[in-house]
Amino acid sequence: MSELPKARIATASLAGCFGCHMAILDIDERLIELMKLVDVDRSPLTDKKRFTERCDIGIIEGGCCNEENVHVLHDFRRNCDILIALGQCAIMGGLPAMRNAIMHSDAPLRECLDEAYITGKYIRNTTHNVPNDPALPLLLDEVYPCSQVVEIDYQIPGCAPTGDVIFDTLFKLLTGKFRGFEREMIRFD
Amino acid sequence: MNNGRNGTGANGLTASSCNVAPVPQAEIAAICDRFGNDKHRMLDILYDVQDRYRSIAPATMDAIASQTDLTRIEVEGVASFYSFFSLTPKGRVTIRLCDDIVDRFCGLKDVVAAFEEVLGIKVGDTSADGAFSLETTPCIGMCDQAPAAMVNNVMLTSLTPETARAAAEALMAGQSPESLVSDRFNELSPHERAVRMVENNVRHAGAVLLGPVPEEAGLNNAVGMRPSQIINAVEESGLRGCGGAGFTTGRKWRFAASEKLDRHFVICNADEGEPGTFKDRVLLTERPHLLIEGMTIAARAVGAREGILYLRGEYVYLRELLETVLEERRRRGLLGKEILGVKGFEFDIRLQLGAGAYICGEEGALISSCEGLPGEPKTRPPFPVSRGYLGYPTVVNNVETFCHAARILGQGAKWFHAMGTEGSHGTKLFSVCGDCLNPGIYELPYGHTVWELLEMVGGADAAAVQVGGPSGTMIGRDSFHRKLTFDDLATGGAIIIFNGQRNILEIVEYYMSFFVHESCGYCTPCRVGNVFLQKAIQKFQKGLANPEDIDYLKDLSGTIIETSRCGLGMTSPNPILSTLKNFPLVYAAVSKPSKDGIRDTFDIQSAIDGARKIAKRRSYIFDKDFTQ
Repeated sequence: MSELPKARIATASLAGCFGCHMAILDIDERLIELMKLVDVDRSPLTDKKRFTERCDIGIIEGGCCNEENVHVLHDFRRNCDILIALGQCAIMGGLPAMRNAIMHSDAPLRECLDEAYITGKYIRNTTHNVPNDPALPLLLDEVYPCSQVVEIDYQIPGCAPTGDVIFDTLFKLLTGKFRGFEREMIRFD
Repeated sequence: MNNGRNGTGANGLTASSCNVAPVPQAEIAAICDRFGNDKHRMLDILYDVQDRYRSIAPATMDAIASQTDLTRIEVEGVASFYSFFSLTPKGRVTIRLCDDIVDRFCGLKDVVAAFEEVLGIKVGDTSADGAFSLETTPCIGMCDQAPAAMVNNVMLTSLTPETARAAAEALMAGQSPESLVSDRFNELSPHERAVRMVENNVRHAGAVLLGPVPEEAGLNNAVGMRPSQIINAVEESGLRGCGGAGFTTGRKWRFAASEKLDRHFVICNADEGEPGTFKDRVLLTERPHLLIEGMTIAARAVGAREGILYLRGEYVYLRELLETVLEERRRRGLLGKEILGVKGFEFDIRLQLGAGAYICGEEGALISSCEGLPGEPKTRPPFPVSRGYLGYPTVVNNVETFCHAARILGQGAKWFHAMGTEGSHGTKLFSVCGDCLNPGIYELPYGHTVWELLEMVGGADAAAVQVGGPSGTMIGRDSFHRKLTFDDLATGGAIIIFNGQRNILEIVEYYMSFFVHESCGYCTPCRVGNVFLQKAIQKFQKGLANPEDIDYLKDLSGTIIETSRCGLGMTSPNPILSTLKNFPLVYAAVSKPSKDGIRDTFDIQSAIDGARKIAKRRSYIFDKDFTQ
């Protein structure tokens, strides 16, 4: 096993809470075992902002709520052989997708921003403006799960998935033994 | 015709004043009283309330609820279920244009445009003065003379932009819808009125139904037979249900007869809503006596004293004709107490008008509708033959089935059995429409091939034939040798012909939109799944589909079929499944693998368009010309 050439992995957090990345760290000391198998390319964990070379596995946390998310996701799809959607937001849109429920409005996005920054009861925003710095990426009309934007090869469910299921899945994918999830590993009740 | 319905201004009340006028409790009470304050007559009550006030307003529902001992939400559940009831005020004249795929191919668009232009309103709107509403509705059973429209209770057929314009102008000038049919409408007999509005288009009369039929021969024989002998005769004839499912009629009657309850019911399903089917329309027009004779025979066979003729709301123009026939038969002692002088042979029929819901053609939903409930199917078992209408054993048969039964009793089971093929005996009415020279009704023995039928109707250049309507099968030229029997190509009668100019995906997309509209919503896989299927087909139409989407279609279709409790969900994916099977190249030609694994269906430009307008700036990433 030690003779295997090292695989390259990359990770990104889109419209998520970084909880899934925390969960990756929940692998704990097995991280050492994992690092024997992989090099980490572009990732918040390495603070590399660009791909340095093509990767075997890309791991995506969060769905797409703005144009930058889409851009990053496209980049990952083009640069990774296998793309994994990690956690509920990447798979289904998750909590951010609650804004998709504003559907009986002529301008749902505007209504959402108004309530978040201006009209909401518990808002303390002395400028009374919706933030609009040119550096801010444009929001999408709704929050999209990753699979609607690019093709996704695997989905690891959970909010957040446990360190165990993340390690187990990655380890098996890297050693060519992945045959789907053990039922107990994706039970949350 | 019901004069109340033809409403000349509902006693001067305009649409807007209905909203503010206090609810006249006494009037509502009087309407409910007319139906014995019976909650099972809710459809009739709502029809009358709507005729009077042009809508079923929330306050009226309270009044109806207290009269019929229901809660308001139960009344609202019924009123909001059926598309012919409206909770908001409608025009005094409501124009419903038939929006079937056949009508679309026959130039519906220009007809709609003509109506919109003259009336000055768009489809879905009611004019400000409350005079007109313009709507579209799924197939109204006039596919052989499309495009067609209902104007209140009047049918307009074979419309062209010119005739549509003339009709709209006449209505605008204050003429009644009836005057569009004839200046002497009131002097015409109900039958004359019906055939002036709608052509029968009988192209081939067969031996059983549309040829010469001796009067009451079946019933005269039946009164001399024991119920079990009647059932034996029907069973020996090999008669199977003509509505589409093809259940053996004799067995159905036997099951119902064997139930030892004190009430039994016979219900005629005249709710032919399957797009492209219009055979019952012709039987109801030309053979109403034969139909009632058949129902009466069934009543004798199963021991029923009460019957219901459930007429689809779209065929309201036939109601007066049928009421007249029922009245005449009561007068002649063919309905009522001591039929043909036989002691204890008692049977009468009430006519129940439906209200524009395809699902009510399903046996259980039809019974729900007769009970004054929303037209939702019932869980089976128990089957209607043991626990049907109001919980009593109920025989529900199609119009054509009852007519056949009457003829079998008149001519003998052997005579009927000898026609057709093994397993599919007798004749069948085929309602043929679409791209052919002679659309209309063909009564043929079972066993003809599709080729033979196409040659008969002048449709030999057909590229595709939809057998049995949307819930049936679509076949291509390589399958035209197949036979029209229960065992090969089963059909409730609809044969829709498409020539090589027609876009298969457009047809499939239309049929899916039909099922989305008509799903009762009880089973989630049917309510939601059909929407997803329609969206997936739209992807193919736009050329954005991947080869995997074909698997997705098959998967989702399988789930819907397996997890729906009634026939609608079990057949709604058929347009997709049968075209995938018989026209695979259509799908292959418009699907391609996505480039770099990036989905073509996600359109970043439309996704950021709203934000671009709110932020009043361009995208750094996706607007290429930003730096210019």
